[in-house]
Amino acid sequence: MTNEEIRQAVIDILSDISPEEDLENLDDNTPFRDQLSLDSMDVMDIILELRKRYRVNIPEEDYGKLDTMTNTVAYLEPSLKEM
Amino acid sequence: MAQYISKYDIIVIGSGLAGMTAANTLAKSGHKVLLLEKHHKLGGLATWFRRQGGYVFDVSLHGFPVGMIKSCRRYWNAPIADRIVPLPRIVFDNPQFTLTTSFNREDFTRLLTQKFHLAEETVVEFFDTARAMSHTGDASMTTQQLFDRFFPGREDVIRLLMEPITYANGSTLEDPALTYGIVFSNFMSKGVYTFEGGTDLLIRLMQEELERNGVDIKVSADVTGISVENGEVRGVQTGKDLIRAKAVVSNTNLKGTIFHLVGREHFTPRFIETAEAVRLNNSSTQVYMGLKPGESINEDVCGDLLFCSAAPAFRTEMLLSRQITSRTFSFYYPKTRPGTENYAVVSSTNANYSDWADLPEAEYKASKEALIEDTLNALEKYVPGIRGKIGWLEAATPCTFQDYTSHWNGASFGTKYEGLAVSRELPEQIQGLFHTGSVGIIMSGWLGAVNYGFIVANNVDAFMLDQKGKN
Ligand SMILES: Cc1cc2nc3c(=O)[nH]c(=O)nc-3n(C[C@H](O)[C@H](O)[C@H](O)COP(=O)(O)OP(=O)(O)OC[C@H]3O[C@@H](n4cnc5c(N)ncnc54)[C@H](O)[C@@H]3O)c2cc1C
Repeated sequence: MTNEEIRQAVIDILSDISPEEDLENLDDNTPFRDQLSLDSMDVMDIILELRKRYRVNIPEEDYGKLDTMTNTVAYLEPSLKEM
Repeated sequence: MAQYISKYDIIVIGSGLAGMTAANTLAKSGHKVLLLEKHHKLGGLATWFRRQGGYVFDVSLHGFPVGMIKSCRRYWNAPIADRIVPLPRIVFDNPQFTLTTSFNREDFTRLLTQKFHLAEETVVEFFDTARAMSHTGDASMTTQQLFDRFFPGREDVIRLLMEPITYANGSTLEDPALTYGIVFSNFMSKGVYTFEGGTDLLIRLMQEELERNGVDIKVSADVTGISVENGEVRGVQTGKDLIRAKAVVSNTNLKGTIFHLVGREHFTPRFIETAEAVRLNNSSTQVYMGLKPGESINEDVCGDLLFCSAAPAFRTEMLLSRQITSRTFSFYYPKTRPGTENYAVVSSTNANYSDWADLPEAEYKASKEALIEDTLNALEKYVPGIRGKIGWLEAATPCTFQDYTSHWNGASFGTKYEGLAVSRELPEQIQGLFHTGSVGIIMSGWLGAVNYGFIVANNVDAFMLDQKGKN
């Protein structure tokens, strides 16, 4: 997957979890929690979906690294670029 | 050697809301899941019972926070989420104040500033502080200290803020403030909600969803042991059967899981010491009152939930004693089960297991009678002539709850805060063994149990993927 495809994959998950959210205007460098109404259960949901859809296993201590879109794509890149 | 009769990816022991949510989430992720429940019906404490004459009573459907809608939509389905509706009228009546509220931040701000004459900025800061609390925060401040900081000397304010939460999860002024802040803020976001159609409908819809997702369900299956070899879970024992699984999720009491089902010899001494020190939460008593056909309750007077008390001030130990005068009445109108004409009242108090379990039989019976009498006397004020209106009347004590759930000491709301860390550490002690269910105050109640079921399912799913990678 290219970084653009990884970004789109995350957007797809976000829109499934929070359909009412405006994702078109998401700022990739601002934390998700500051622009979307995501709570800690939502973050857990994103992790579960990433595992279900792309088989990437993110350890609990790394959850905090998925705070912005830019950081999330960078974190996922090594696992997903071969897909 | 016993024979393993069948093989699953995951076995879930217990069908409380946490166990069912874990089973459902894992099945949706593609795992082969077996759900074992010792009772003949699913739901655990989320339960109901019917009595001759068309009476039906909900045991733990008094109210939960709005977050339940989102959790049910995501971990269950839209038809379940769509039946969650607000309970608009929460009434308080005690020697310090009498008021009716929608129990959300907006209305509480109005009450605290106008009726209790607090400065608006204090109230705003209190709400913001409570909302900012999270389970990863500092647990050294107690709820009492939190209140002392914002409302020193205001016992009336403390009562308004604390009494409902004590009923919701057994927490006290001595517990960590963050447990209060999290639960209080969950409620304050939009008020109190209930499930339209009653607990029976909820559990039926959940069972149908479990079946749709391919969960094998076995009721009347009492698990007597979890088998562990070389620090790894192998399966569970139920009756004569040993059923094999790669992972086991226990929805039974945390202590029961460790000390009864697994056995202390399988854990490190340090873990056992920590687990032994975990304090259980209190238990409950309830009185169930069904009104005769044709009789009704005045909704304007009683509201949906009524916190009433004759005690001059709020004291934790008084809320647990058998001499209690504080109780919560839940009023069930025909709107609870649309299409019926049922009116029912369930009175709940928090209670100590030891106060009831140690009584000789005659005294136990007499105490139960006294509980019923005291309850009727208290209710008379709100439903005049109540004695003549009742068609069904019975009571449950901590012994009833213990018998029903196997929770040690009949604990209604799991464990105190320290139980959460022990529950989370279980898989580090025994590979493939997980615990879910009411624990640590913040993970208790309907919403806490559902959310914790999902959180643990997420960990189990990660574990399963790791195992696959190794093979
Ligand atoms: C009187 C009362 C009123 C309450 N009111 C409310 C309320 O208004 N709102 C709210 O949000 N919460 C309320 N609660 C709390 C809420 O009901 C619980 O926190 C929640 O339902 C607990 O879910 P759980 O998943 O932890 O498991 P439980 O409901 O405790 O279920 C555990 C299940 O495991 C089964 N089990 C145990 N051992 C075994 C075994 N060895 N083998 C097989 N099965 C086993 C049990 O039979 C049970 O079905 C109330 C609780 C009580 C007691």
